[in-house]
Amino acid sequence: MKYKLYLERTSFKDAREYIEKNSEEVYYVDPGYKIFKDYYIIGMPPVAMGVRGKEMLFTYVKPCHGTFVMGIDSEEEITRLRENEAKKIKKSLKGKEIGKVASNAAPMSFSDVYKK
Amino acid sequence: MSEGKSALLVMGCPEVPVQMSMVIYLSHKLSKSGWDVTVAGTDAAVKLLKAADPESYYVKKTVDLDEMIADIVEKKVDFDICFAFMHSDAGMTYGATFSAISRAKLFAVVFGKNAEALGESIDYPAEKIVAKATHNPNPLKNKIDKVIL
Repeated sequence: MKYKLYLERTSFKDAREYIEKNSEEVYYVDPGYKIFKDYYIIGMPPVAMGVRGKEMLFTYVKPCHGTFVMGIDSEEEITRLRENEAKKIKKSLKGKEIGKVASNAAPMSFSDVYKK
Repeated sequence: MSEGKSALLVMGCPEVPVQMSMVIYLSHKLSKSGWDVTVAGTDAAVKLLKAADPESYYVKKTVDLDEMIADIVEKKVDFDICFAFMHSDAGMTYGATFSAISRAKLFAVVFGKNAEALGESIDYPAEKIVAKATHNPNPLKNKIDKVIL
């Protein structure tokens, strides 16, 4: 698999900032997010992943060497990243709807609080 | 009671000498108390460990660090407690990853020259064991001995 290295042996924070500043789209994933079938993203949340054209930017951490920012052309992984984000938004909207239902409940009198 | 309970020790980069001593010490101590101990590490760290303990007297089970992360994410395995050893920025990211992917109670064992600053930067759920130890293991050993399981 062809890849490009944009930052080498840096801190995770600097790598995250590089991705945030140099990507057209930025997505945040949980540590352990799986890419390319067998790589699990290591990192301190929020873990940024970027999209720049057809290239996906992500962090790669090696225990003895620090953090690297890598770029790999993969429309498949970019699609997965966007779908993952869409699922997260849908989930958070569902959460808001639940909150909305609760806030639509009949207003309670202040004295009702003490009835029990 | 720790019978039947499982513990994971996660080794970071093996360049700071106290890590290997403390991993062997802690593995032995936990095993004697009935814990089922697994040690995960990089290829270099596992090689160092196996060279020091050729008959697996102190450490019964070792596993590659990346394989362990994959197995936890895929829910093939998990642990009751996890001691993550760290002394660098990369080590901190591994600690954060284990905090996020595993249900184990996490102990962040922070050592090395910058132990205090690194320890302060931990903002994920973990019991911190912090000692500025590089060559002399005793400051870290004393703190590990105070951990109540």
